[in-house]
Amino acid sequence: MLAQLVAATTATYDTPTLDWHALAPLIVLVSTLVVALIVDSIVAKQQSGALPSIVGLGLLGSLVPIITLAIHDDTARSMFGGAIVIDRFALLMSAFFVVVGYLTVLLSTNYIAEGDYYEGEYYFLLLASVIGMVFMASARDLISIFVALELLSIPAYLLAAWRKRDRVGVEGGLKYYLMGVFASAVMLYGMSLIFGGTGETHLAAIRESMAGGFGAEPVATIGIVLTLVGFGFKVSAVPFHNWAPDTYEGAPTPITAFLSVASKAAGFVAILQLMFVGFVGQANVLRPMMLILAIATMTVANVIAIRQTNVVRMFAYSSVAQAGFLLAPLAVITAADGGVNDKIVSSVVLYLMAYALMNMGAFAVIIAVSRRTGTGEMDAWGGLFSYAPGLASTMAVFLFALGGIPPMVGWFVKFQLFQAVINAETASAYVLAVVMAVNTVISMAYYLGLIRRMFVDDAPDGDTSPIKVPVPLVAAMGLTAVALVVFGFLPHILTDLADSALLAFGTGS
Amino acid sequence: MKDLLNDWGPTAATFLPLLGMLVLLVIPKAEENLAKIVALAATVAVFVVVGLMLLNFDYDRSGVMQFALDNRWIDAIDARYAVGLDGMSLPLVALTAFVMPFVVVYSWNHFPEPHNPKAFLTLLLILETGMVGCFVARDLLLFFVFFEVVLLPMFFLIGVFGGEDRKYASFKFFLYTVFGSAFMIVAILAVYFLAPEGTGFSIEALKAWGGDGLNKTTGILIFGGFFLAFGVKVPMFPFHTWLPDAHTQAPTQGSVILAAVLLKLGTYGFIRIAIPILPDAARSWAPVIGLLAVIGIIYGALGCLAQWDMKRLIAFSSVAHMGYTMLGIATMTPLGFNAAIFGMISHGLITGMLFFIAGSVKDRYHTLDMKRLGGLLVQAPRMGWLLGFASMASLGLPGLAGFWGEFPALLAAYSPGAGLSEPVFRTFMVVGAIGTIFAAAYLLWMYQRVAFGEPTEEFRDAEIADLHVTDYIAWTPFVLLIAFFGIYPQAIFKVTDAAVHVALSGYGG
Repeated sequence: MLAQLVAATTATYDTPTLDWHALAPLIVLVSTLVVALIVDSIVAKQQSGALPSIVGLGLLGSLVPIITLAIHDDTARSMFGGAIVIDRFALLMSAFFVVVGYLTVLLSTNYIAEGDYYEGEYYFLLLASVIGMVFMASARDLISIFVALELLSIPAYLLAAWRKRDRVGVEGGLKYYLMGVFASAVMLYGMSLIFGGTGETHLAAIRESMAGGFGAEPVATIGIVLTLVGFGFKVSAVPFHNWAPDTYEGAPTPITAFLSVASKAAGFVAILQLMFVGFVGQANVLRPMMLILAIATMTVANVIAIRQTNVVRMFAYSSVAQAGFLLAPLAVITAADGGVNDKIVSSVVLYLMAYALMNMGAFAVIIAVSRRTGTGEMDAWGGLFSYAPGLASTMAVFLFALGGIPPMVGWFVKFQLFQAVINAETASAYVLAVVMAVNTVISMAYYLGLIRRMFVDDAPDGDTSPIKVPVPLVAAMGLTAVALVVFGFLPHILTDLADSALLAFGTGS
Repeated sequence: MKDLLNDWGPTAATFLPLLGMLVLLVIPKAEENLAKIVALAATVAVFVVVGLMLLNFDYDRSGVMQFALDNRWIDAIDARYAVGLDGMSLPLVALTAFVMPFVVVYSWNHFPEPHNPKAFLTLLLILETGMVGCFVARDLLLFFVFFEVVLLPMFFLIGVFGGEDRKYASFKFFLYTVFGSAFMIVAILAVYFLAPEGTGFSIEALKAWGGDGLNKTTGILIFGGFFLAFGVKVPMFPFHTWLPDAHTQAPTQGSVILAAVLLKLGTYGFIRIAIPILPDAARSWAPVIGLLAVIGIIYGALGCLAQWDMKRLIAFSSVAHMGYTMLGIATMTPLGFNAAIFGMISHGLITGMLFFIAGSVKDRYHTLDMKRLGGLLVQAPRMGWLLGFASMASLGLPGLAGFWGEFPALLAAYSPGAGLSEPVFRTFMVVGAIGTIFAAAYLLWMYQRVAFGEPTEEFRDAEIADLHVTDYIAWTPFVLLIAFFGIYPQAIFKVTDAAVHVALSGYGG
């Protein structure tokens, strides 16, 4: 019986051709993973300071093949029957995830070393999650997307609950896990409906099959909606955002930064691929769905964020609201006009890049400040400018960037989102743009709230001895702040990158 | 010289303060004198550059952009670095360049608490870059960026160096303005997409288009976006409530700049951007703007009569004065526009002067409560006479600059532009004229309370110093200019007239 089965499968089995160059970034990352694990088990606990360096170097090392691939040629490298495609979009997003991973390592170094946590396992899981994200960037097939999602999520569940002696930490981690698994189930059900109708898992094939008649069936709509709802959990879109504040508050702060940036970005990468490669023909289903999600996400999160007194929770709602801004251009997707869609994709990619810089930088400051205050309460930030002017000014840069105030790059990418929306020139697009405008103002209110505490209020306990900031945190803040200002003055560097990523989508592919 | 100015004039005027700021940043905090000298040098350098441009400006061709430069900036979004000066922007750039050095001189011994000259001067210099940038920008996005850049230093000037209620005032100021500019960005993008392909964000190109072929409702809505942004900044009734708070809480220098230059960004936006680009929508809006303007005149005046705080009174008088400016603009006539620009300059000089004096009164008496003040003419006669001079100028005494901002604006309302209802505007004129009586009432009342009579019990034996050397240096030029423009208003009208005709050229019956 078994032999028959094996014979039956091997009969049609072709060894897939492996493009080693295209796989090189993943190979570097996996090797680093193995090395990190071995080093951790050999070296004594006290000397494990080498681990973050190894992981950081490995992450940066994987940028080398990404860059060589990018300058080698423009052709997309497709493998495994098109399930994995290494194109410009994949390379750009891979580089993005690797850089965010590196910043997370910088953020984690002292936090984890001094917090009596397991270091080896921590970096192992972090790296595993990054690998899942890099994989996601090139996944163009329902199955590979799902595998990538699980690969990046499962380590993240563990990392979120890393503070196991803290009830808040455990609760947050558990919530994240249960919600995540539930979302996966919903998404799988949606995918199964699509597969049932089209008989395809490959996104490009699904698009053709949908155009062939199945797309008009109600069941196709259900499938699309359920699949995207699954990712709605991942990017914490309202009403699927309930896990975010608790999880963000309970997780170790570097992991909060990682979740709010990398994990969210991975969700958006998947949404972009699903929407613009797979479901673009069903734009009339996607538009109202995204419109509702975007408006609800922005507005609800922004309004709740104003009431927060804890910095991390405020940033949790802020990052939910930012996801709402990112969803907004998706609400004008069209089946007809490739130019409009190109603009949408490029604006979302741009915003993700700038958002990563702003948020990672802000969390670096949060970690630095809470080393001193020992609490996440915003009142503890009072008078920061008087005793740590550098930290306060840097944080102001990040906050104004998040709010979209020039000259930091935040205004430019937000402007791109507006432009992508208004580009559609429909009534609902204008309404959406006005909602975005109002939300920009609301978001400014709570960003300003923190700025006010830093610059205007007095130090709560009169303690104004300077804060000592570890070198890795300084590096993270410096890199992100400088990048924000430089890109603010020379935004075309970013737009060139984002536009090159469009080759993957466009009208035809 | 002319060639150099042609290429570099406006750019130098915009970015020299920023250069000075960068130098300031590397100066140690303890070197206060050096910091003051650097800041003074930077502002004087701008003054010299602008002075040279004033000398080299071709006054016969004041309707066209001179010293014009049009370079690439952000190709991806068609934004260009386009700067230049014409008859409308030249007086305002001159006003800015003129006010700033004297603000720095005045600061020499009057640094507000918390004492931090380096930070304070840094903010002033960033502010100058933003303000000059707004007036020289010929590209909508460039204008927008500078318009926003102005917010940050002003927020910190009020929030950090302000009075008791600075938190609330700085918040209110920032949120109101951001609210306006969020709608402006939607409006900017709307005209960008609705104008023919290739128009870009160039203000002149958009003016040439002039909303041609635009649906009437759409035009009115887009104008509404601009109206919100500029109306908040002016500020027009009912968006004026941030102004008294901001003025009262800001340090003297902040109040002076706010009154002298910042408010003009709003009125300038109307005559440079909103009306030329959308002349037809402007006609629909004109009665509304006129109505709000006269409400502002009366409401501001009544507000003044209810104040006991000298600074708050001057702040409300700004609301009334900007009402005349807006009434002039609402008439859509060259006379009204000329009056508006004159009103901006004279209000800048006169109210700036009044705030300077109020600051010095506060410095000597440590209060601005008019119930406790009195007998300034006895204790500090020179300052008392100057206050009288500035009050007379402010209430529009013929022969001083204030008169030429109000009277022609009222005159213009007698025969408004084509397509506007004469009875309506003549009613506005009558109401506005009644407002001048109120103006005389509140200013004379203030002068009487502060300067006449004997000093109150409280300050009878206090040592009240009359003018300091820095006061003389900072104020003399203001006095001279107020008198000069009062006697020879042609000095400004001659410059603005041609440019105003160009701005209104798209406005037809």
